[in-house]
Amino acid sequence: MVRILGPIVGLGFVGVLLWSLMWGAIAFVQEPPKATAEHEFHKHPEKVDFSFNGPLGKFDQAQLQRGLQVYKEVCSACHSLRLVSFRDLTALGYTDGQAKTLAAEWSTETPSINPETGEPATRKSIASDRIPSPFPNEVAARAANNGALPPDLSLITKARHDGSNYVHALLTGYSAQPAALLKHFPEAKTGEGLHYNPYFANLNLAMAPPLTAEGQVSYADGTKPTVDQMAKDVSAFLTWTAEPKLQNRHRTGLAVLIFLVIFTGLTWMAYQNVWRDKKH
Amino acid sequence: MSFPWAEQYAPKHPFMRYMDEKLPLPRLVFNAVGGGYPVPRNLNYFWNFGVLAGAALMIQIITGIVLAMHYAANAGVAFDSVEHIMRDVNSGWLLRYAHANGASMFFIVVYLHIFRGLYYGSYKAPREMVWLLGLVIFLLMMATAFMGYVLPWGQMSFWGAKVITGLFGAIPLVGEPIQTWLLGGFAPDNAALNRFFSLHFLLPFVILGVIILHIWALHIPGSSNPTGVAVKGPQDTVPFHPYYTAKDGVGLGVFMIVFSLLLFFAPNFLGHADNYIPANPLSTPAHIVPEWYFWPFYAILRAFTVDFILPAKLWGVLAMFASILLLFFLPWLDKSPVRSGNYRPLFKKFFWFGLIPCVLILGYCGGAPAEEPYVMISQLASAYYFAHFLIILPIISKIERPLPLPNSITESVLAKHTDGTLGDATPAPAA
Ligand code: HEC
Ligand code: HEM
Repeated sequence: MVRILGPIVGLGFVGVLLWSLMWGAIAFVQEPPKATAEHEFHKHPEKVDFSFNGPLGKFDQAQLQRGLQVYKEVCSACHSLRLVSFRDLTALGYTDGQAKTLAAEWSTETPSINPETGEPATRKSIASDRIPSPFPNEVAARAANNGALPPDLSLITKARHDGSNYVHALLTGYSAQPAALLKHFPEAKTGEGLHYNPYFANLNLAMAPPLTAEGQVSYADGTKPTVDQMAKDVSAFLTWTAEPKLQNRHRTGLAVLIFLVIFTGLTWMAYQNVWRDKKH
Repeated sequence: MSFPWAEQYAPKHPFMRYMDEKLPLPRLVFNAVGGGYPVPRNLNYFWNFGVLAGAALMIQIITGIVLAMHYAANAGVAFDSVEHIMRDVNSGWLLRYAHANGASMFFIVVYLHIFRGLYYGSYKAPREMVWLLGLVIFLLMMATAFMGYVLPWGQMSFWGAKVITGLFGAIPLVGEPIQTWLLGGFAPDNAALNRFFSLHFLLPFVILGVIILHIWALHIPGSSNPTGVAVKGPQDTVPFHPYYTAKDGVGLGVFMIVFSLLLFFAPNFLGHADNYIPANPLSTPAHIVPEWYFWPFYAILRAFTVDFILPAKLWGVLAMFASILLLFFLPWLDKSPVRSGNYRPLFKKFFWFGLIPCVLILGYCGGAPAEEPYVMISQLASAYYFAHFLIILPIISKIERPLPLPNSITESVLAKHTDGTLGDATPAPAA
């Protein structure tokens, strides 16, 4: 029974698949898929030599502090870090007091209510508050950004493929549209309020280049604040916000691996010993 | 059942004798995975993967229970509760990455386990029931993993749930009401998330139950072996303990090393970046793809692009389910009395040059965007997949002339060693 029905069902599926394939092939030949501007001009981020790369990589605290400074002085005008609280920043080497001051002096206050009237209000942030959004809500954020929404950056380096390299590439990758693009894809001309960036998936994004000039922030540790350096620092910082336990993970992993290699070696020896007198 | 020469459980300590009279649990364990279970002496490393799958299930259950203590199954807070686990719960990052990568490891070992069964003909009599129960476990695992992936409520969670439950919408007439009923709404939302969590918690324990049946059914005929030749006498077997406990120990070590490399050094390598974006019903991701272990089936689903009597979408759904369900009929499709692929020249060719590349190609296409040429390649590979099991295998089993089989396991072991002894104290019996 099975050996009669089986081949019949099999022939049915194979037939419909080959039928689909035939129509697909005809369509493919008659109208080959057109090249798109995204397909031709999209670029993958270049690899940056971050200190946390590789199986034993570690964060560079000084770099994270510089990255926080870039975030604070530039990006925080539009982007929140809603999963990071001010006191978490002690992991970058700040004291509790410094974290408190940072919170209290943050440019945007934390939403709250007026204790007497209950009207919406804001108050100074405290260490346990999350890093706030500069906009009271999504509508306000879109209104201020040509209809685009600046995403929360807490997880951005994990929410994009190859995220740490991507953020660096995106921040340094703005350019004029290549002439070849305009020639072959005139309809892909960058629209009003958008900016050409070959690292962005559809090549045009609503964020104006946020890092434009050397010295946009001045680093206390004497590092030269080139655009590239600032982009690297803020990408490193955003890698920390997305994966604060990275160092922990690398360290634990090393210990676990050492243990497991020894364990496996012992089990191997036990195995050899047990099977010594049994050919197999 | 067991072979008559199996070691007998003989408790020495008075307490163990007392236990054996009142509740013979130690006897059960001894007969199941102790000295009381005789196993062919010639198993290769492919026979490690069953035990490894059991270990993977244990890892999922233990990490899952602790995760569930911190996770909140509510569409408003689920995403943030997972981030809370990653950031604030002590070793929460370890638990969560272990659970997410543990699921991948589970599928890796189960796919190798299934591969072993397919190549060495383990699905054939007298082990059909073991194979069928294994397939039930596989279906339950897929359901569990699918629902688990919805729980963090990221973009892929939401859109994956929407696409997969949408498959029920392909059923004529009743499809849409069924879909709405399954989801508890018109699209995945809180009701769906809650029931998925409940079932995701339940199913691993159902899997555990079916695993017990799987092993029970296995222990009636006993394990097969790479020659596929049945056990003939005591010299063909060794007691499970210590021989295979020792060998499984090595396997477990290697498994844990691979698992740790993933977990500690590339924990997001197998995941999709979009799942770190909170679910947003208003923004469709550019490419909706399931987790890697579903890719071959996803490719089959998307390979049907033209209506033919039935709508293309319905064909895709039927074919996707059929691609797994047909494995239930395998013991009756392949009637060759020879089990092991080692002795089946024709079967071996189609297996290595047909089935294996075809499944790998389907896997690759399932993860790629639904564009040409991937769709055409999936169509060819899917056609081969169905043809292999439903048409080619039945024919091969009729026309193939198998190679001569060794007379016994012992004979095949002796053939590998020139000194003509089995190595143990007993001299080799005359062949
Ligand atoms: C003037 C407001 C503004 C400032 C300042 C700003 N951004 Fe943005 N950013 C935006 C907007 C708007 C978008 C959304 C773009 C879109 O979707 O087209 C965005 C998007 C992004 C994205 C996501 C791109 C993607 O792949 O979707 C990243 C990453 C980013 N910004 C990083 C930064 C960093 C780092 C800084 C600081 C150096 C910064 N931004 C400063 C407005 C801003
Ligand atoms: C067959 C075994 C299991 C498989 C294959 C499996 C698979 C998965 C998968 C793929 C995820 C999504 C991972 C992620 O992206 O975070 C997940 C999440 C989850 N699972 Fe499981 N799981 C299993 C058993 C269990 C058990 C036994 C429990 C609890 C009793 C459990 C509780 C959870 C919880 C709470 C989450 C959500 C937390 C998170 O996203 O990290 N799982 N599971």
